[in-house]
Amino acid sequence: MSSPNAATRQLRYVDALAEAVSQEMARDESVFVFGLDVDDHKAIQGSTRGLLERFGPERIFTTPLSEDAMTGVAIGAAMAGMRPIHVHIRMDFLLLCMNQLVNMAAKAHYMYGGAVKVPMVARSMIGKSWGQGAQHSQGLHSMFMHVPGLKVVAPSNAYDAKGCMIAAIRDDNPVIFMEHRLLYPTEAPVPEAPYTVEFGRARRMLEGGDITVVGVSNMAIECLRAAELLREVDVGVDLIDPITLVPLDIDTIVDSVARTRRLLVVDNSWINCGASAEITSQVSERLGGSGPLQIRRMGFAPTTCPTTPALEQHFYPNPSTIAEAAYAMARPNGSPWRPDPEHARLAYQAQFKGPF
Amino acid sequence: MTSQYTPETIARLYRSLYFIRHYEERVAAIYPSDKIKSPVHLSIGQEFISVGVCDVLRPDDAVSGTYRGHAAYLAKGGDPAAMMAEMYGKATGSAAGRGGSMHLIDTKANVLGASAVVGTTIPIAAGYALALKRQKTDRVIVAFFGDGASEEGCFYETLNFAALHKLPILFVCENNFYAIHEPQSKRWATDRFCERVATFGIDARKITSGDLFEVRDTAAELVDKLRRGEGPALIECHAYRWREHVGPNEDYDQGYRPRTEMEPWEARDEVPRIAALLPEAERAAIEAEAQAAIDAAVAFAEQSPFPAAEELYRHVFA
Repeated sequence: MSSPNAATRQLRYVDALAEAVSQEMARDESVFVFGLDVDDHKAIQGSTRGLLERFGPERIFTTPLSEDAMTGVAIGAAMAGMRPIHVHIRMDFLLLCMNQLVNMAAKAHYMYGGAVKVPMVARSMIGKSWGQGAQHSQGLHSMFMHVPGLKVVAPSNAYDAKGCMIAAIRDDNPVIFMEHRLLYPTEAPVPEAPYTVEFGRARRMLEGGDITVVGVSNMAIECLRAAELLREVDVGVDLIDPITLVPLDIDTIVDSVARTRRLLVVDNSWINCGASAEITSQVSERLGGSGPLQIRRMGFAPTTCPTTPALEQHFYPNPSTIAEAAYAMARPNGSPWRPDPEHARLAYQAQFKGPF
Repeated sequence: MTSQYTPETIARLYRSLYFIRHYEERVAAIYPSDKIKSPVHLSIGQEFISVGVCDVLRPDDAVSGTYRGHAAYLAKGGDPAAMMAEMYGKATGSAAGRGGSMHLIDTKANVLGASAVVGTTIPIAAGYALALKRQKTDRVIVAFFGDGASEEGCFYETLNFAALHKLPILFVCENNFYAIHEPQSKRWATDRFCERVATFGIDARKITSGDLFEVRDTAAELVDKLRRGEGPALIECHAYRWREHVGPNEDYDQGYRPRTEMEPWEARDEVPRIAALLPEAERAAIEAEAQAAIDAAVAFAEQSPFPAAEELYRHVFA
């Protein structure tokens, strides 16, 4: 893993993805990109822009609306030695691929005794805001985390997006790559030269002594904003972005909670049977016998995502609700505190600047 | 059609046919001993399809099979000893004991893995075909599947994609008229299967005779077209499942199908018919050689070790 120097340019998340794929396609002839709309004029919101012009229609092509079979095609091509990237403009469409992903991609290497490898990437974007609604906003990562054989990656910033994408393409296993619509325009320093972000190593985004906060996908950024607000009331947040959910760097989280004894996991999905349940359980198993622990989870409201903004705003954790929850845990004897709404609004201007 | 066949070809076809039949009969005989703890779906009665199709393939061509895949695996040149060891759950098995009868694989013989989930291997074979095309070879792949698999959505998705991209894939539907215990009449609105497939622009042939030579001739013609880059083709081959869905026995006493349905197929069984085309001494030599190879496969499986406990966690990730 390399570190960006001061001269590194700022790059948007969406462009970091496109650059990663472009560099890997140039490096390795076996990499190809396919999926509905990857070669149209909108190019998956720009994340596949430029690839058709550079690599031609044999290596980047659209598909019929056949997610199930196209996943099988990716698996078969991968078994034959290629490195397909199968793109879905929304994560919800991965449900049409579950049979191939769970029954075949995840199991092939094992059930054939190591005789084949399935080096494929399934790219998918989580939607949010402007009425994305029930079927365009789901974070389905816990469904994939449940199944041995799949890697699950959810970078929260442009630097990790590029490094994780290159690592995913080079990985010899099926990788579920989760992106987030609201992360696409966010910028971070991103080196031009190719680099990888190693799977299974969490990123400590902030250091603080009062509470450990784990944020998944876009929620890592919401937690960063919450931490801004908590600074006003002197609550120090140890903020951790797992980056990869499988493999999960539980050691880094456990080390932090061993110091703070407080853990708030904020997921970009529902709570029950989710990533937050897994993370908090593992921490409890490791630290439960060594003294009191405070544990709390936040995530989507236990309902279907509504379209109207009036309700949607209550569906998601936000910097205010996260900060309020973290404060209540960190200052159990203090009077209740809620961030000033104007400050909360300003917190949205916070960008991820590192450390890398 | 037989007259076009050289004695060498007839002998080769018989060797494969006899070997698969008797290999599976041996599996059926061993099965009650519980040494094979893996659900077996026997191809007995249907072997002529795999034998006819695989005979026109080159070693570098590939096949993908199904959970009823013993015949395809063996006909394509899969290692019979590794297959028996796999069914015994031994470390020397084709999938090191992780797959059993339903997940046979032999990468050396270009036998892609098989799957227990109906239809799943069809798009995977198409993906493999896409890679073959991109590699600019004239290699082809054959995707074997049953009539039940043709009802899965991914089958039609794959037909469309394969035709659109002119992939070098031969689809072979082994239509034995039953999916588990359900007859085709309860599952298909019409039996115009080949007509359905043809609407994708795919050359689709139907073979109802049960004739090994007709299967081979048709496969030879279609595989030739595949090698010339003319796009996918399909053969629907009628056959009959002589034994129960899973397991070594006949199940005509179960009431869901009469034995009289099977009897015409038994009466025109390809194993004795092809045997009769060979000189007695040659036939006997082929059979003795096959029995010795089956004995050797069983001995290999019996003598091989089981995997060690720590093997449980190997191969979760590559």
